[in-house]
Amino acid sequence: MSEGVPTPASATSTASAAPAASTRGASADSPRGAPAASTRGAAPDRLGRRARRTAGGARRSGRAGAARSPMAAPVSFLWTRRILLTLLAVFAATPLYVMLSSSLKPLQDVTGSFRWIPAHLTIRPYLDIWETVPLGRYFLNSFIVSAAATLCSVVVATFAAYAVSRYRFRGKRVFTVTVLSTQMFPGILFLLPLFLLFVNIGNATGIALYGSRGALILTYMTFTLPLSIWMLAGYFDSIPRDLDEAAQVDGCGALGALFRVLVPAATPGIVAVGIYAFMTAWGEVLFASVMTNDVTRTLSIGLQGYSTQTEVYWNQVMAASLVVSVPIVAGFLLLQRYLVAGLTAGSVK
Amino acid sequence: MTRGDRRSTAAPAPDPAASAVPPPAPAGAAKDAPRDAPASPGHAPAPPTPSPPSAGRGTSALRDRVRHAGLPYLLLVPALVLELLVHIVPMITGITMAFRDLTQEYIRNWGAAPWAGLDNFHIAVDVNAPVGEALLRSFAITCAFTVLAVGLAWLLGATAAILMQDTFRGRGLLRALFLTPYALPVYAAVITWSFLLQRDNGLVNHVLHDQLGLTDAPPFWLVGDNSFFSLVVVSVWRTWPFAFLMLTAALQNIPRDVYEASAIDGAGMWRQIRHITLPALRPVNQVLVLVLFLWTFNDFNVPFVLFGKSAPESADLISLHIYQSSFATWDFGAGSAMSVLLLLFLLLVTAAYLLLTRERAPRATRSCGTRRRKRAHV
Repeated sequence: MSEGVPTPASATSTASAAPAASTRGASADSPRGAPAASTRGAAPDRLGRRARRTAGGARRSGRAGAARSPMAAPVSFLWTRRILLTLLAVFAATPLYVMLSSSLKPLQDVTGSFRWIPAHLTIRPYLDIWETVPLGRYFLNSFIVSAAATLCSVVVATFAAYAVSRYRFRGKRVFTVTVLSTQMFPGILFLLPLFLLFVNIGNATGIALYGSRGALILTYMTFTLPLSIWMLAGYFDSIPRDLDEAAQVDGCGALGALFRVLVPAATPGIVAVGIYAFMTAWGEVLFASVMTNDVTRTLSIGLQGYSTQTEVYWNQVMAASLVVSVPIVAGFLLLQRYLVAGLTAGSVK
Repeated sequence: MTRGDRRSTAAPAPDPAASAVPPPAPAGAAKDAPRDAPASPGHAPAPPTPSPPSAGRGTSALRDRVRHAGLPYLLLVPALVLELLVHIVPMITGITMAFRDLTQEYIRNWGAAPWAGLDNFHIAVDVNAPVGEALLRSFAITCAFTVLAVGLAWLLGATAAILMQDTFRGRGLLRALFLTPYALPVYAAVITWSFLLQRDNGLVNHVLHDQLGLTDAPPFWLVGDNSFFSLVVVSVWRTWPFAFLMLTAALQNIPRDVYEASAIDGAGMWRQIRHITLPALRPVNQVLVLVLFLWTFNDFNVPFVLFGKSAPESADLISLHIYQSSFATWDFGAGSAMSVLLLLFLLLVTAAYLLLTRERAPRATRSCGTRRRKRAHV
């Protein structure tokens, strides 16, 4: 968490930032910026002119350097930042460290008093987790359900967002408001009726939805749909209409314009929606607890299998938690810049 | 899913849905109809088309107009079908269930359950009876929990986002670390916390009791009154990275010259944060706080994994409470009535919140932004 000099963007700015930082404390009463005037010779012309025009020239010399790196910070800020970010990092990292270190301990070391530094290291828990509960099957189930739900959700949301972003039609407002407002309904409100609905559909048509992966896929994809549509529509809005209209003039057709122009241009938004949908499906607990059976059980419920034995195998629990987290955390961290970009376009208008 | 042949990736995609959704036809028709059959019955699901499809058969101009009017509805059909099946119909079902005496014997055939009028609601809100009293207590706990957890999550997220607005060495690494709790699957994160909070072999008691000696005896964190604070901490640990992410994204939208101009005007770091950064975040905060509120208030996952099916009284969040009282007694009618009351409450709060924030938010930011910018061009 060591910090360098804030934004030494170029050679000229480093040169001017150094004196600026050192004089910052006294800058308020420094005489009309003689030192700043000399450094500003190297600064971009536009900036220098603007600075001179404000309030009779080079007032507050020290700030002239700060103008180019707006966050070139006083010492109080730097120390506040150091302390607060360290505390936050400890808060964020401690459980992660415990997860990792405990997963490498033998069982007797996790049942006794906690130790920061493991006394013995073993990879045994990573071998045992597959035996204690059928973790492989849970893994496969979670993957099938999450991948299918993500794929469907992204495709359906793309179509809907295209309509919302590019067309005016009657009922548009009703649609968007209704869809978005479902986001705030408590999941518990849907749980019982959906449970009954799937049971009754099964009774009436013979399609065994209840307990099947299909029911979970259907549920998850719909639950991620509202935010996905909203984010994607925002993203489409940020793409100039001329682009897809030109494609339509060239004879692409509305869908051609969508797939050849909008979808490639909106890749960050689509990736963001995909991450969101996959993470939601991978982590969902409430519906998985009711709508799965022994065969279709997903990780969210399956992991509790280590805790229901007479003894809790904490080292295996930690190892299994780590194993199921690694793929999703890695994917998330690799793609998070898309998520930031997607959120920026979708939510900040 | 976005690269390669778009047409071929688009074509098979709705199939998994089609196999699961009972009426799959519209989902398929949504794609094909506009390409091959301009004014065919494929337009039928689109409700209020200005002119009937048959009229478009005459001239191509008319046909184009019909196509244009119908296309948005066709694009919406898959989403509409899903929303109807999984959200709207169950919601209406849930609301009707609240008026029925729906007990275990009617599960297979809930239409046969006798109507109960407002009985379920009477039971739910009767504060003097055990059921109503428990619901009220759970509601109060949830409110306190939500205020605390949302406030802290926002505070931590905003602090980190503002402090990390500027580049410094190790920023990327730190950001990845901060986002990891959010990326972890809920159950993995919460199970880890439940290990940390164990009385005899957890880290929290090791630090508080063994290392710092703050307590006489190692306290329980997952039963009794302490469990409320455990719940708050775990919830904040999981949600603050989301606030951080949203606010980081929003900060990237503040134009740099606003800072430059204010720096020239002599505004220091802290004044910039107070007068530029925080007001510019207001529109995002409006959405963010609402989303955090709804997620936290409805949170089921964290208490369910942390405490198992029976939460201690002091951490009995409303979602878990409804779940327990529905599946423990199989009295789905009462459970639905509670859900409906919860929904009404959330609707009220959301509406009030949107009304209150809409009045002030846009004007304040705009005036501040333009004033700054104007000064920059003087």
